[in-house]
Amino acid sequence: MTVAVVQFGGSNCDRDAVRALTHLGVDAERVWHADGLPDDTDGIVVPGGFSYGDYLRAGAMAARQPIMAEVRAAAESGTPVLGVCNGAQIGCEAGLTDGAFTTNRSARFQCEHVHLRVERADTPWTAAYDEGDVIEVPIAHGEGRFEIREDRLETLEADDRVLFRYCDADGAVTDEANPNGSTANVAGVLGARETVAVMMPHPERATLPDVGGTDGQGVLRAFAE
Amino acid sequence: MTGYTATVTVRLKHGVLDPEAETTQRALERLGFELEDLRSADRFEIDLEAADADEADERAGEMADRLLANPTIHDYEVAVEERE
Repeated sequence: MTVAVVQFGGSNCDRDAVRALTHLGVDAERVWHADGLPDDTDGIVVPGGFSYGDYLRAGAMAARQPIMAEVRAAAESGTPVLGVCNGAQIGCEAGLTDGAFTTNRSARFQCEHVHLRVERADTPWTAAYDEGDVIEVPIAHGEGRFEIREDRLETLEADDRVLFRYCDADGAVTDEANPNGSTANVAGVLGARETVAVMMPHPERATLPDVGGTDGQGVLRAFAE
Repeated sequence: MTGYTATVTVRLKHGVLDPEAETTQRALERLGFELEDLRSADRFEIDLEAADADEADERAGEMADRLLANPTIHDYEVAVEERE
């Protein structure tokens, strides 16, 4: 499997994603957005960063680049697609998943480790975990507060499309454990297909043992299947 | 064709938390101002040529739909004025 890590001007986690995937034995390469997806693309990561300087809204400009139409088409045909951090913002803006990520409740950029509760273990992203598992991964964002229309949240939860929620070290989903004020503590969601996911925390920064913590490996293992 | 300025105002939907506005309000209060509430909005002034005001309005609305606003969190309004 060759995973395309889509690079926009201002992406800055593209190398990290390639290194983390390579560490797991997955063939991954950076792809400049204007070059389009390579023909042999079997998986897609939209990495973190500050594409287009976060002008207008985080992810708004990148989401409307032509490559995202290719990413949407690939996602619809079953290619695994993961958006992380700015990639999650781009994914929401591009309609890969429902909802939006906007300014943190604190109005500050937050860079810290958080705990996530695995809400579903029957997806490619969470097959390495059990439902209810608590994993520790870093966040680094100023616009990570998940917002969604109330009726759409009901649908999202009824369809069981919440992948991760912010929780405390014991797995309790509380307001204190919610770093950015996300609606219903949502940290990551699935798209129309379970092969499409976006999340604000960084699994690729919790994959290489030498940078502290490997709890995020399971998410990227979706590409190793 | 006539020159118009279409002003698109993009606001957070009622009830959506606005941490930037809250921070700004607190900063004003620290300066000694008394206020009850503060809302912020983005305003885009778009100069364009159109056959009439309706067409200018429609095109600016399309720009808001496609890019300027995110329907999950935003409402927007368009006002069109003929340019001098």
